[in-house]
Amino acid sequence: MLRKGADIVIEALKEEGVEVLFGHPGGAIMEVYDALYRDGGIRHILARHEQGAGHMAEGYAKATGKVGVAMSTSGPGATNLVTAIADAYMDSVPVVFITGQVPTHLIGNDAFQEVDIVGITRPITKHNFLVKRIEDLPLIIRQAFYIARTGRPGPVLVDIPKDITQKLSDVPIPSLEEVKESLPGYKPHTEGNIQQIKRAGKLIMEAKRPVLYVGGGAVQSEAQRELVELAELMKVPVTTTNMGKGAFPELHPLALHMLGMHGTYYANMAVYNCDLLIAVGARFDDRVTGKVEEFAPQAKIIHIDIDPASISKNIVVDVPIVGDVKIVLRKLIDEIRKEGAKIIFPEDRREWIEQIERWKKLKPLTYKNSTDIIKPQFVIEQIYEATKGEAIISTGVGQHQMWSAMFYKYSFPRQFINSGGLGTMGFGFPAGIGAKIGRPEKEVFVIDGDGSFMMTMQELITAVQYKVPVKVAIINNGYLGMVRQWQELFYERRYSEVDLSVQPDFVKLAQACGAVGFRAEKPSEVREIIEEALKVQDKPVIMDFHVDREENVLPMVPAGKSYKDMILEDGKKAVEAETMYLVG
Amino acid sequence: MSDTVGSAQISTVKSPLFREVRKGEVRRHIITLTVRNELGVLARIATLIAGKGYNIEGLSVGETHEKGISRMTLEVIGDDVIIDQVVKQLRKLIDTLKVKDLTDTPHVERELALVKVHTATPRARDEVLRLTEIFRGRIVDVSSDTYTIEITGTDDKINAFLELLKPFGIKEMARTGKVALRREGAGQEED
Repeated sequence: MLRKGADIVIEALKEEGVEVLFGHPGGAIMEVYDALYRDGGIRHILARHEQGAGHMAEGYAKATGKVGVAMSTSGPGATNLVTAIADAYMDSVPVVFITGQVPTHLIGNDAFQEVDIVGITRPITKHNFLVKRIEDLPLIIRQAFYIARTGRPGPVLVDIPKDITQKLSDVPIPSLEEVKESLPGYKPHTEGNIQQIKRAGKLIMEAKRPVLYVGGGAVQSEAQRELVELAELMKVPVTTTNMGKGAFPELHPLALHMLGMHGTYYANMAVYNCDLLIAVGARFDDRVTGKVEEFAPQAKIIHIDIDPASISKNIVVDVPIVGDVKIVLRKLIDEIRKEGAKIIFPEDRREWIEQIERWKKLKPLTYKNSTDIIKPQFVIEQIYEATKGEAIISTGVGQHQMWSAMFYKYSFPRQFINSGGLGTMGFGFPAGIGAKIGRPEKEVFVIDGDGSFMMTMQELITAVQYKVPVKVAIINNGYLGMVRQWQELFYERRYSEVDLSVQPDFVKLAQACGAVGFRAEKPSEVREIIEEALKVQDKPVIMDFHVDREENVLPMVPAGKSYKDMILEDGKKAVEAETMYLVG
Repeated sequence: MSDTVGSAQISTVKSPLFREVRKGEVRRHIITLTVRNELGVLARIATLIAGKGYNIEGLSVGETHEKGISRMTLEVIGDDVIIDQVVKQLRKLIDTLKVKDLTDTPHVERELALVKVHTATPRARDEVLRLTEIFRGRIVDVSSDTYTIEITGTDDKINAFLELLKPFGIKEMARTGKVALRREGAGQEED
């Protein structure tokens, strides 16, 4: 059937099962918006800024596992998406970005609202396309979705010139088989090499002090069952990265919680002292390893990852396994069972678990609470209790993000949504809106900083318009808190340009937008307003928590330092190097 | 120091242990790629290499016998470890079909150079003609005071030839960059 390019776009999106688009119209994308209007079959969320649309699509994708879609016009519309694209790239989030472009005959002419968005986003997309012929349009859109969601997921951008959306064509929508055949250079490895899996199984059985180090890849491949099974079968304690939270239930006795810069004492001690580190869908980020030379210095390393380029990038590994985490773990468990699932040194393994228990008891995650000033950690604990640990949490970037990682306990994958790789302030609120739209049955709490919130707060009106009842808890310390913390610790308290005490009245701001606003200034008010907020189900709620201004995120391993330089909650150094080594 | 970790197994031991950090030798690598001849494929590859802080020293691109498939040969000077990363990331690109670092694999490589050299005197013309024959080059253009010579071969051969021409005065020169193919039966093909 002859139809416009714009109609082909909508048709292809529906073929991909897209239910909701996040976007903002403009000149070059108008045909597609017209087709959307005429079709009426896809919901559209009109963000107030394209960056907001981008993060909403990311939040939607992170919460549901489906591909998110964000759409904008050319030029500034497209450049406003760039931060979200880079964010999705760093965190491997499957999002398809569709941008309008000036008509093909004007490309390269410095036309009105023209920008080479394909060139700009080349290093921050998994792949991108400029559609030059209408005949290619349906195939490209389907390729974009296929590339975005398979292998190591990531953002794909499709740039469509206006004349392509206006032309007529009867080109059919290709089948998935045709899409795969059209990409001969793209074949993600998912199965894992069986010889390497056997070697890994042997190492796990032989290890005396193993640790599982689990990252976002385990969330993406939804491998919680396999992880729990492996950990219990082989009695291996499990630490998760910021991105890996929820891949392993944090209330499980083998859970060590987060490792790295703001990791727990016991997770970092376990990693420092282990003799086998099993990295699962994690990439040895510098926020995790600190000084690479002193990261898990005694350990052999098994690295399971879908991305061959992630393996041995930052650290040399002994057993590399390229494959999908869930598939590889299943095979690994099968191999171990085939070999009798024997722990070769049960005595050592028992002592290891006991040692970890002692570390947990010695330095649990904690903070000094107060009766007259609200501690940020207290707010997060109260949210945890009020939501019975069942809410999806979305955060911005900074201190509040780390406290949210520490003091909320996550039990299911896709529960903790934040900007881990790029560290995008302003991510949390729009991502939370996207998450709530994707998972309406779940309570979604945005735990945000006052600094982060102000970067994308225009989306408040979007949440009001679409009646998205996200609960926004602003951990308001009137500072760019994480920068202030670094200035306190490493710059002799020279607080350069971090004071945000001049700020809007967030309660009135909420009211002005038609949302609900609450404020808590005393610890006794905290739980009360959380409970009040939970009652609101038809509009967003802003909770303004005035917290202790100079609370620090601890423990902390200073950047580029080793775990033994960890600063603890009482401000003391973790341990002297001499005591860090177990007798092997 | 008191036993802060609360266990008798902890000993006050030894010198700290360190993890091995890979650092490779910095040298010239020759990488060949077969790619789908799609819009922006060259830019993608160049962006990736520039993103690692490396300069492309030599580059040649041309169509292969298969329609829509081009072959590229890249020369990059860099650390072995980082080049290994580059190769892995090049393989990840959607439009690359095969990527191979040929540096340590037996391979044939050739380059073509066009050299315009001053030959104002009969003696110079004689001498340059003779050198060209020795090096199995060809004179492809002649003017009253220059020869333009085509020469193919390895790096060493072309450099040696250029060295010998220098005294006459090289007016202009163009080199294609290397093309290379793996020797048959040497090492495994990879994608």
